[in-house]
Amino acid sequence: MKRTQLILLIGIAVCIGVLLSFLKTTSTYDTVETARKKPGQFVHVMAKLDKSSPIQYDALNNPNYLRFAAIDSLGQRMIVEYNNAKPENLEMSDRLVLKGRYSDSVFLCKEIQTKCPSKYKEEEAKGLKHPGSVPLPTTQP
Amino acid sequence: MYIGELSWPGQLGHLAAILSLVASALACFAYAQTVRSNELTLRASWQRIARVGFYLQTISVFTIFFLLLYLIHNHRFEYHYVWKHSSKSLEFKYLLASIWEGQEGSFLLWLLAQGVLGLLLIRTAKGWEAPVMSIVSFAQFCLSTMIIGLSILGWKLGSSPFLLLRDSGVLDGAPALHIDFDSSQPLIPNYLEKIQDGNDLNPLLQNYWMVIHPPVLFLGFASTLIPFAFAMGGVITRRYTDWVKPVQPWALFSTAVLGVGIMMGGMWAYESLTFGGYWAWDPVENASLVPWLIGVAGLHTLLIYRHSGQALRSTIVFFVLGFGFILYSTFLTRSGILGETSVHAFTGEGMNLQLLALIAVFMIPSAWFLIRRHREIPQIQTEENISAREFWMYIGSLLFFLSAILIIGQTSLPVFNKIFGTTIAPPEDVEFSYNSVQIYIAIMLALLTGFTYYLKYKQTGMGLFWKRISIPLLITLLLGIGFAWYIGIRYDQKGLGFQTALWIAAICSLFSLIANASYIWIGIKGNLAKSGGAIAHVGFALTLLAIVVTSSNKQVISENNTGFLTPLGKGENPRQNLTLVKDIPSEMGRYKVTYEQDSVHPKKKLWYYKVRFKSNDGKEEFVLYPNAFVNYKGQQGLMANPDAKHYWDHDVFTYVTSLPDPDKKEDTTRFTSKTVMPGDTTFYSKGFITFGQPNLIDSLPVELFGEGGQVVELPVSIHRRTGETATVTLKAAWAKKQWLPLPDTMQAEGMIMQLEEQKKDGSLVVGIKESDTLLKYVTLKAFHYPYIQFLWFGIWLTAAGLLISMRRRMQQWLQANRT
Repeated sequence: MKRTQLILLIGIAVCIGVLLSFLKTTSTYDTVETARKKPGQFVHVMAKLDKSSPIQYDALNNPNYLRFAAIDSLGQRMIVEYNNAKPENLEMSDRLVLKGRYSDSVFLCKEIQTKCPSKYKEEEAKGLKHPGSVPLPTTQP
Repeated sequence: MYIGELSWPGQLGHLAAILSLVASALACFAYAQTVRSNELTLRASWQRIARVGFYLQTISVFTIFFLLLYLIHNHRFEYHYVWKHSSKSLEFKYLLASIWEGQEGSFLLWLLAQGVLGLLLIRTAKGWEAPVMSIVSFAQFCLSTMIIGLSILGWKLGSSPFLLLRDSGVLDGAPALHIDFDSSQPLIPNYLEKIQDGNDLNPLLQNYWMVIHPPVLFLGFASTLIPFAFAMGGVITRRYTDWVKPVQPWALFSTAVLGVGIMMGGMWAYESLTFGGYWAWDPVENASLVPWLIGVAGLHTLLIYRHSGQALRSTIVFFVLGFGFILYSTFLTRSGILGETSVHAFTGEGMNLQLLALIAVFMIPSAWFLIRRHREIPQIQTEENISAREFWMYIGSLLFFLSAILIIGQTSLPVFNKIFGTTIAPPEDVEFSYNSVQIYIAIMLALLTGFTYYLKYKQTGMGLFWKRISIPLLITLLLGIGFAWYIGIRYDQKGLGFQTALWIAAICSLFSLIANASYIWIGIKGNLAKSGGAIAHVGFALTLLAIVVTSSNKQVISENNTGFLTPLGKGENPRQNLTLVKDIPSEMGRYKVTYEQDSVHPKKKLWYYKVRFKSNDGKEEFVLYPNAFVNYKGQQGLMANPDAKHYWDHDVFTYVTSLPDPDKKEDTTRFTSKTVMPGDTTFYSKGFITFGQPNLIDSLPVELFGEGGQVVELPVSIHRRTGETATVTLKAAWAKKQWLPLPDTMQAEGMIMQLEEQKKDGSLVVGIKESDTLLKYVTLKAFHYPYIQFLWFGIWLTAAGLLISMRRRMQQWLQANRT
């Protein structure tokens, strides 16, 4: 199988090329501080909602504008702006993956992924009252 | 010891799990002995023992399944699995779905499917029963360890669905359930009375798709084992060639069922989840697509071998890898390694090592055998003719395989991070990173599936080829012009290059569709039994065409482009959400949309929002009911389910993205102040407001207003976006050196306004308060999806074609063995 072997080799070479160029387009996981140091660059920031400051969202005035503060695990705080509807479970999430760019002292977010408390940890800490009230796991299909 | 616990189902269940493990080990061993023994009577008795073992194993798995169903149906919350995955409010179909919500139950489903397929193999595999079934029994053994739930020397082996709630650790932190309210004490004997209800099935999964998608998908997963078992059975027994006939119907079956299973996942995502589409290149989706792609490659190289004697090694490799990637995808989705990158991976249950071992026990011996014996596998050393059908089929198979490798390579980024300790995150546009590569593979595949049927095996006369293919080429030209004229490709966000690629992909798919449909008459003369392959190709081409057209021409119609709402902040991000105030029609695409009413499900906190769509030309009118779980079981937030109006050529699709918080009763909105000049315009939620010239009245009684008292009157017109206009006059007085505004309430607008200040430069400060509690509203996102029905139809057609071929191949095999 000479011709096919040649084609197979070309195929493998193309595969490697595509995967290498894919690695070039990838982004990074950052903290608030490192994200601030590279404004304009697309990054993933892992943070928590800062519950001490209010969440600004008024669907009546503008359903495509959300503004809130987030704190990362090192205690750094940043203001996040998101031109979309407020994610369904923003308040109850215990962790957020914020994808976007830092610019002019705000983090312009393109996508927010909310991570909800896993199963029973929170309830366990508080002393469970009734197992039915335990938060649902975030498993989906 | 504890009141009300029902312990016999659990004990019986544990027993059945152990029996399943032992019986599958016995079956595996006895089948292996059947293969090894040379003497006829000995073979027969080993085979009899093996079959009994396999029957026992299948019975045990069914027993486990029905015990679990019994427990869930009777709400026996003393069992952890029942408590965790079901509740009393669930309908029967969802109780069934509760069985496979968790890790243990989905392994059980897989075991069941594999058991049923094993029984069919015993009936049909004839001379291949022993080698194939020993591998199937081994797989059953491995999967049985996943649900055994034993602790051996500190190692946790599997996870049992019959674990008691009190042993699961969930109650350890609940002092109220312990003696003397002390968590270190044992549980109170009547603890079960305090557990009123279960944790419930995740509301997102309370959907009929959850009832049918997992069984079909797991049947698909299980079916990939069989081509693997035939291929490796052939290699191990050194019967390298004659397994290709009995494997063919199974390979076809596997491709059909796995394909339909994946499609159902896509339909589910599209119809009931709010991803805004049927495919997001999510790792969980990719993980099931990759084995399918490799399976298709194997299916085609198998045909090449049967017609030309070439590509046997490739076939074996593809069947081995197809099953290998099923195991790898099981690891990806269940180990929790996908964590950040997937919106819907399972959470890890601490079984990672066991899941890795599952891959290793199948793939390491397979690799060893293949490396040791690959020279023994027959092969023809000839240069293939490029006018031969098998040459292009082989190229097509390679493309399927490369496509799979690229997808799994990109998906495995978290695994790469784990191994090398890196922190590489997915790219900014994840979907495009797949689309921009796969589109070229799609173009080549569409072309190949289009013309390959018109070539003959071994060699093709070019004259006949061009003569036969000219008819579909001509039809493609005509329909292609029609396509360009009426439909076209609108997507241009990624530049002209990608848009051109989309055009080419669409035209090539159209060609493939026509060429394969024509071939049913030109090549097979309309013989249905033989046209399975052509029908499957028509379906595949239709699917490709629908994917390209649907994704390219999908439109967000809920864009705020009426010019009424507040201008956007920084960045030109998509303005995809539109707020509808109750009873007030808003423009959405070519529709006027009104939120008319809401209602609640009688048993659950599931709200339905009645939204009426009326086209601007008045010809079309329909009502959609997008719904959402609001603050379900004490959780803040909503979980939305879309609703869609289906037409033959498009869908209008909408879901709720935001709602006023129903638990928020108090009106906490404050006045927002706006500084305006007379004649200025400002926006509010339902339209805009224009301010007129202020009118000053200063001849006022001194005893009431003091020295220099004034009243300012400001005429204000309120323009609703429906076109109606109302006018009010805001008044404020400057009396006794005090500014006294008179708030004016406009009930219909849910708005209060007051004149707060008149500045020296003539500008005015107006306070506007729009109250949430006065207003009912719903924020929606809506899409126009063209030709989506063709996508589903294409996949059904592909599956139908595959099953027609399967039936024919199975009949051929059984007939050949009867004589």
